[in-house]
Amino acid sequence: MSDQDVAPVPERDLGEISSPHHHETVAPGVPVRDVTDGGPEMVQFLDADGKRVSRGNCEPYEPILEGLDPETMRSLYRDLVLVRRVDAEGHALQRQGELGLWPSLLGQEAAQVGAGRAMSTQDYAFPGYREHGVAWCKGVPPLNLLGMFRGVNHGGWDSNANNFHLYTIVIGNQMLHATGYAMGVQRDGAVGTGDPSRDTAVMAFTGDGGTAQGDYNEALVFASVAHAPVVFFVQNNQWAISEPNERQFRVPPYQRAKGFGFPGVRVDGNDVLAVYAVTKHALDEARSGQGPTLIEAFTYRMGAHTTSDDPTKYRVSAEVDLWREKDPIKRMRSHLEREGIADPAFFDGIDAEADALAAEIRTGCQNMPDPELPTMFDKVYAEQHPVIDRERAELIAYHAGFEEGN
Amino acid sequence: MTEMTYRQALHDTLRAEMLRDDAVVLLGEEIGIFEGSYKITAGMLTEFGDQRVIDTPIAEEGFTGAAVGMAMLGLRPVVEIMTLNFTLLAIDQIVNHGAKIFGMFGGQTSVPMVIRTPGGGGQQLAATHSQNLEVWYAHVPGLKVVAPSNPADAKALLTASIRDDDPVLFLENLSLYNTKGEVPDGEQVGEIGRAAIAREGSDITVISYSRATLIALEVARQFESEGVSVEVVDLRSLRPLDRETVCASVRKTTRAVVLEDDWLTYGVGAEIAATIQEGAFDRLDAPVRRVAAAEVPLPYAKPLENAALPTAQDLTKVVGEVLDATRFTR
Repeated sequence: MSDQDVAPVPERDLGEISSPHHHETVAPGVPVRDVTDGGPEMVQFLDADGKRVSRGNCEPYEPILEGLDPETMRSLYRDLVLVRRVDAEGHALQRQGELGLWPSLLGQEAAQVGAGRAMSTQDYAFPGYREHGVAWCKGVPPLNLLGMFRGVNHGGWDSNANNFHLYTIVIGNQMLHATGYAMGVQRDGAVGTGDPSRDTAVMAFTGDGGTAQGDYNEALVFASVAHAPVVFFVQNNQWAISEPNERQFRVPPYQRAKGFGFPGVRVDGNDVLAVYAVTKHALDEARSGQGPTLIEAFTYRMGAHTTSDDPTKYRVSAEVDLWREKDPIKRMRSHLEREGIADPAFFDGIDAEADALAAEIRTGCQNMPDPELPTMFDKVYAEQHPVIDRERAELIAYHAGFEEGN
Repeated sequence: MTEMTYRQALHDTLRAEMLRDDAVVLLGEEIGIFEGSYKITAGMLTEFGDQRVIDTPIAEEGFTGAAVGMAMLGLRPVVEIMTLNFTLLAIDQIVNHGAKIFGMFGGQTSVPMVIRTPGGGGQQLAATHSQNLEVWYAHVPGLKVVAPSNPADAKALLTASIRDDDPVLFLENLSLYNTKGEVPDGEQVGEIGRAAIAREGSDITVISYSRATLIALEVARQFESEGVSVEVVDLRSLRPLDRETVCASVRKTTRAVVLEDDWLTYGVGAEIAATIQEGAFDRLDAPVRRVAAAEVPLPYAKPLENAALPTAQDLTKVVGEVLDATRFTR
């Protein structure tokens, strides 16, 4: 087999389901791709300079945005800054040997804060492993995240305390868990009652890489057939470790939703207001019994896949530079300044708060003790198990032998 | 002979087979531009092009199933699954299709594919990324499972696996990639299903494979200073299993310990113990002992992970117990 034997892939008219972004980038062998253009359908309320705009299919979401008061706008900015700071500390602590691994969310703050803040208290989130920003919005203390990546506990947080599930590491598995949970919510009768404190939706988070997995596609089929109250939130950060979008799909995730039988929306993932409004709308629909929605937050992974990865091996720095211009925090700050919603004292105050938070979690992380060895047996079975009991006793006796000088 | 790492031996062998046979193609996540998570496919995309080195979407069942189809039509795909753990996402294609098509289709088509994948813990990759599931595949008729412990065997067995007309699960190990050894130059085609006497001895046999063989050899060297001669059998292949070499060694030494990285219950050691019982019972001086991982999902916390994995210390203790139980004078 040689290159000459393989016919070139013909350009095809994909009809209504093509988007300019992907149409330009689908052809194999095209060296330069414009990964910054989300296409004309992408919902955007803040441009890269923080100017208020109404772009894409934004009409259903305008009323939600108009209901946002200045205090909420400022608190969204605060969350963006603090989440970025937590992430930076996580990255630094890993580099200093305090954590085993850290998957950075740098660049995806608006996608996660917008989505997390749109959720109601009773809404349940099923994250992948990068959703530190959603965790923050759901009230999970950052030290619990750090503790999990340090390995001092099994799980790190009580998922029912904040309705934020534990991280799922194998790609895309949690989409099915979320769908099943949402089907349970239906069976609990917690959908469409009209009681805003009772009606519940579920959010399932994954990335562009996850969209190829069987679990992901099966979840979308099940959610559609069950008309389940679930919102699939795909952070398209352009890269599945080293593989760009064109290695993963020809039709972008939001357009594929239609084929499964529910709406898909592409939103500017670096625009916290747009993400908030689109997610709030989708969650309201799910809670009221209108079924699933897929949201594709078009964003960019500014850092490495995890601290084990080196993106300079596979992507050009010019691409990263282009996205730096679209920074979600800079954009929101410009907007607050432009509209006179926040003054310099406010921004200084947030920066000081971020410094304090960083110092607090840094010290807290470093002071976490290693777990006792026998604890590895504690959570294997919910009930007692003879093999576990025997191995635990053997381990304790073995180590006691050293202490006695045997 | 050339000294090289296990990683280099795999890379050079893959490249040699790609050059030798146009039908050999590589598929997997991150294997092209990124050159593989563990750099086994470094330089391959540049040298052989994207028709033979295929970066796939993140869908293990997808690319493994596609490789089954390629193999049925005459290609020799070598699939890289990022870790053995992710074979669970592809297990239907491996077990229900790759392993069975030759038989269920009346021998009309074989499935000459290789699945290269690293297993093992010790890298703080937590419970879903650190498993030793080789016995799942070694259980299945139609599959072959090899697990070389050193660079020379990695070369000989990868060559044999690629040329084999049946599907082969080629088990690597994260902690072996940087280990070094002498590798014979030129073409080397190993024999799948043949164990090696990694170290000759006369007092006790330690049976092992893959990473654990290195621990067994280390422990054997330590016992030598105490006047104990430990023979180490490196299985190299888990299916087919070289029962003759195992039994011949135990018949000679009369004592046997299995060191395995997987969990004890229904693990590789259970099969080896049964094999010894059937083939060397009358020569055994003590019950066969097994040293395996703690039966827990492997912890991510470093001290817990270290405590859960079998170590040289664990093996030394059990070998000593067997020797003492048989009144071996040290």
